Amino acid sequence: MLPHTTEKRRLDGDFTELYRTHLRDVYSYAYYRIGNHHDAEDLTEQTFLQAYRHFERAQRESDGRPLRPWLIRIAHNLAANYYRDRSRRPQTQLEDASVVSAPYGTEELAEGREALKEVLTGVSKLPDDRREALIMRFALDMDNREIARALGRTEGATKVLLHRAIKQLEQGLSEDTDA
Amino acid sequence: MPDVMDMEALLRSALVPVEPSEGLSDRLERGLSDLTDLAADELAEWELSAMRDPRNWARPAAAVVVGGTAAGALVLVRARQQHKKRQVTGIRALERGIRDVAEDMQKRLGH
Repeated sequence: MLPHTTEKRRLDGDFTELYRTHLRDVYSYAYYRIGNHHDAEDLTEQTFLQAYRHFERAQRESDGRPLRPWLIRIAHNLAANYYRDRSRRPQTQLEDASVVSAPYGTEELAEGREALKEVLTGVSKLPDDRREALIMRFALDMDNREIARALGRTEGATKVLLHRAIKQLEQGLSEDTDA
Repeated sequence: MPDVMDMEALLRSALVPVEPSEGLSDRLERGLSDLTDLAADELAEWELSAMRDPRNWARPAAAVVVGGTAAGALVLVRARQQHKKRQVTGIRALERGIRDVAEDMQKRLGH
């Protein structure tokens, strides 16, 4: 076998590892970004196919840094195209109620579920950049540096973005409660 | 309610990670596996035959670049076609894409 064929096999092995490690991250991002499982699956597939196409270069240029922000950035760009092409907005209601499964006691269950639904609805009403930052932070557990790389911002700007997103969400939920 | 509870804790509870369906995992894993296997097989087959001719000794590196780029483009085209025609399975579309690339690569390199 020729050396560059061996190199290709190594790259494919690395890509498989990347895929297995981050499939749930990409899918979670797609699901909360778009709001239904059908389109989230399509977006996840397209993300990994595009990642495969550019993987060699990304790995070469990553200089050892994690590739998760790069993957999420691909999904972010594809999601933007999804909305632009179809003139869609994210769905307010997520179709799978199983995501609202916080550890509440029996007496608090109904109220807890309602609170979480309100939070999800509030998140879906935020501007795109703020909503995405919250998804990356809380659903994917990304730190400021990773989110900054995924969004193409500085760490400082990302910290401010997250702070403002949470404040806006709090304010929106308070207004809804008062009303 | 949200105004008295810790918002970050609420967000963490609301935005739980979502597991992809087994169907998606299987489909993606098979598709990627077939894709990488086919690409490697086609490339190895072409390389072995091409290297018998000394005039082709400088070409394999170019072939990797041409083949890789074309494969990526076709894979995406196929993926988009699959998106529109969901009755066509992704794996077969990817397989066809790779075969097309291999044929195209051979024609362009005069093999």
